[in-house]
Amino acid sequence: MKQTLLRAGGMLLAMMVLCGLVYTLLVTGVSQLLFPRQANGSIITVDGKSYGSELLGQQFTDDGHLWGRVMNVDVNSFTDENGEPVMYAWASNLSPAGEEYDALIAERLAALRAANPDMEDAAVPADLVTCSGSGLDPEISPDAAEYQVPRIAKARGVPEDTVREAIRACTKGRALGLFGEPRVNVLKVNLVLDGVLPA
Amino acid sequence: MGSTVQYVLYLAVLVALAIPLGKYISKAMGGEKVFLSKLVRPCENVIYKALRIDPAAEMGWKKYLLCALAFNAFGLAVLFAVLMLQGVLPWNPQGFGGMSWHLAFNTAVSFVTNTNWQTYSGEVALSNFSQAMGLTVQNFVSAACGIAVLFALVRGLVRAGGKGVGNFWADLVRSVLYIMLPVCLVTSIALAGLGVPQSLGGGKTVDLVEPIAVQQTADGYEVIPGAQADPETGIVTVDGAAVPGAKVVTKQYVPLYPQASQVAPKQAGTNGGGILGTNSAHPFENPNPWTNLIEMTLLLLIPVALCFSFGRSVKSRKQGVAIFLAMFILLAAALGAVAVAEQAGTPQLAQDGGVTVSATDGQPGGNMEGKETRFGIATSATWAAYTTAASNGSVNSMHDSYTPLGGMVPMLLMMLGEVVFGGVGCGLYGMIGFVILTVFIAGLMVGRTPEYLGKKVGPREMRMAVLLCLATPIAILVGSGVATLLPATADALGNGGAHGLSEVLYNYASAGGNNGSAFAGMGCDTPFLNVSLGLVMLFARFVPMAATLAIAGSMVCKRKVAEGAGTLSTSNGMFVFLLILIVLIIGALSFFPALSLGPIAEFTQMTGLG
Repeated sequence: MKQTLLRAGGMLLAMMVLCGLVYTLLVTGVSQLLFPRQANGSIITVDGKSYGSELLGQQFTDDGHLWGRVMNVDVNSFTDENGEPVMYAWASNLSPAGEEYDALIAERLAALRAANPDMEDAAVPADLVTCSGSGLDPEISPDAAEYQVPRIAKARGVPEDTVREAIRACTKGRALGLFGEPRVNVLKVNLVLDGVLPA
Repeated sequence: MGSTVQYVLYLAVLVALAIPLGKYISKAMGGEKVFLSKLVRPCENVIYKALRIDPAAEMGWKKYLLCALAFNAFGLAVLFAVLMLQGVLPWNPQGFGGMSWHLAFNTAVSFVTNTNWQTYSGEVALSNFSQAMGLTVQNFVSAACGIAVLFALVRGLVRAGGKGVGNFWADLVRSVLYIMLPVCLVTSIALAGLGVPQSLGGGKTVDLVEPIAVQQTADGYEVIPGAQADPETGIVTVDGAAVPGAKVVTKQYVPLYPQASQVAPKQAGTNGGGILGTNSAHPFENPNPWTNLIEMTLLLLIPVALCFSFGRSVKSRKQGVAIFLAMFILLAAALGAVAVAEQAGTPQLAQDGGVTVSATDGQPGGNMEGKETRFGIATSATWAAYTTAASNGSVNSMHDSYTPLGGMVPMLLMMLGEVVFGGVGCGLYGMIGFVILTVFIAGLMVGRTPEYLGKKVGPREMRMAVLLCLATPIAILVGSGVATLLPATADALGNGGAHGLSEVLYNYASAGGNNGSAFAGMGCDTPFLNVSLGLVMLFARFVPMAATLAIAGSMVCKRKVAEGAGTLSTSNGMFVFLLILIVLIIGALSFFPALSLGPIAEFTQMTGLG
């Protein structure tokens, strides 16, 4: 019995060293060496200034910017070094079948139609009125981006094709043409429109 | 049509990789030479030597169980201590304090039992030390324990005479060194290259392009809708009028952890406990379709491979294939059901045609609530079916936001006892419990002696098999039954009505199936919920484990009987059909009343039938 307990404790210790310490440090070392950009959060940096992570969604509400997924914004969980609130987001976890949800979507649909008068009664892509799984989805579907083109062009006073070009430059297709979905990176489009990133 | 191709390919990739891996696992666990032997055997021997273990020393089933329990008890105690003490431990750049006792208990049980239910969100609760030295370690060893016990059962079925079912320490070390570590090393580095962060730096902040205006309320800060914020002056206006006391948030939090190194074992070991709260839906755990393909395949890879290992190890490949087929048919049916329900969306979302819910080339349509754009419906539905078929529990979309029927299928997969591939090792030994049950029932129906793999099934094995099959339903029904009786549970729910009951039911099914996924709208960080879910997880993990080893122990002493005309084949189509039927009947009989009050009631309300 005593021997079994000693072995159990010793085995746990061995596994903590092997699978906790050695494995984690090895993977961290290799990743930091080979993929420093990805391993540190894929931050978009131009001329030394960082503009957010290309993988994390930000909230956009300006008419001249492309809007992303509905965000369930949280400004209470994190603070910066000065104690000031910092933005993060989570999933909604709402059931898509209740009466409350019905009212919520109707409200979002009306707001989108009001903001995009050129689109009149066109159906809105589902991803534009729903909250994502992470709450931080950095992307929307190509149709959801196209829906906003007239509004953005008008607000910026540029031809619609300029906006479309920015969107096309930040669109990715399915992996191998098969897996996942085509999508547009919202932050990147806006950085292109703002002239921070090259088109 | 396009998405059908996706579903088929996901399944094809999985099976194509699992077949060779199954052969490799069977060899490695049997101590045969494999291509990694030259590299790994020296490490293996160092551990044996240091702990004075003779890997060839056979253990009886009681000794084997004792070693497994002792190892898990140590794991539980150490993890519990780490979580409570993380405030004073190193590798804590986030400066987190210790967890409360009940949350630490729940979390420690959850990771030791291979459940990985998470009441907390990693980015607001856990230090690098807790993640890497605590959770990642259990991600490896809890999976290894499952594989070890499975192979003890295999030996019980194959050997005739004697008492030994193998050596627990050797099985554990081999599972980690030959299977889990190599798989995870390769995939974690690939994931890092594809965009999953791997850093010990702790989180950082970056500037937002558009600042957000907030104001202080009784519950903390709240976003002011429709406000314009000037980051330079800090002045916030709504329709031109200044808002007094408003604040401008100019930064976003970027959670940086050793993500890649934990995501790999969380997937490969059917653990499912992510670093971040929203798990593999978070772009930092699963940033694109490539990482998703790796993670999702990894999720079911070892459980599927083990079916083929089983066939090879019991020296009858078709026995492994029969079990694989029964599981695969159930998985494919479940996947189809989730896919159809989610693509259809709900009338509440469709808004009489105001919102597009059918898929086109330029958007996925369907129920996109709680789903990521890069995954759409097909990739999310596939993951949901995989993760609840396997007892993984990681998610790439939020199950709480599934349509009523789309959310019921994952729930049902867990309620079936996590035997549709199930957890690494434990899913297959759970299914073998059902096989024994099927052999017995079919034998009664046609008047044949119940036998499996040439061994007579006696009353003792039957009792243990029943225990093995019923542990999960008992744990789920008792747990959720007690929880719904308590008034405090209602306050914890994220949604009301029938969906609220679905939340309670799903979460206890998740604990009782050792799955770990959640209807996450329910706030479970209360002493009662933490402790009761913890107890359900412990019961559902260790009762079946003990029953399995008891079966192994009594089977190993039996002599093999020759196959005769009276033997019921356990590898033909008829048996596969019977096995599926028994699994479904037990699951349906146990849970139909509860399901009809939760998801089915919500469905009838949604469609206006109720």
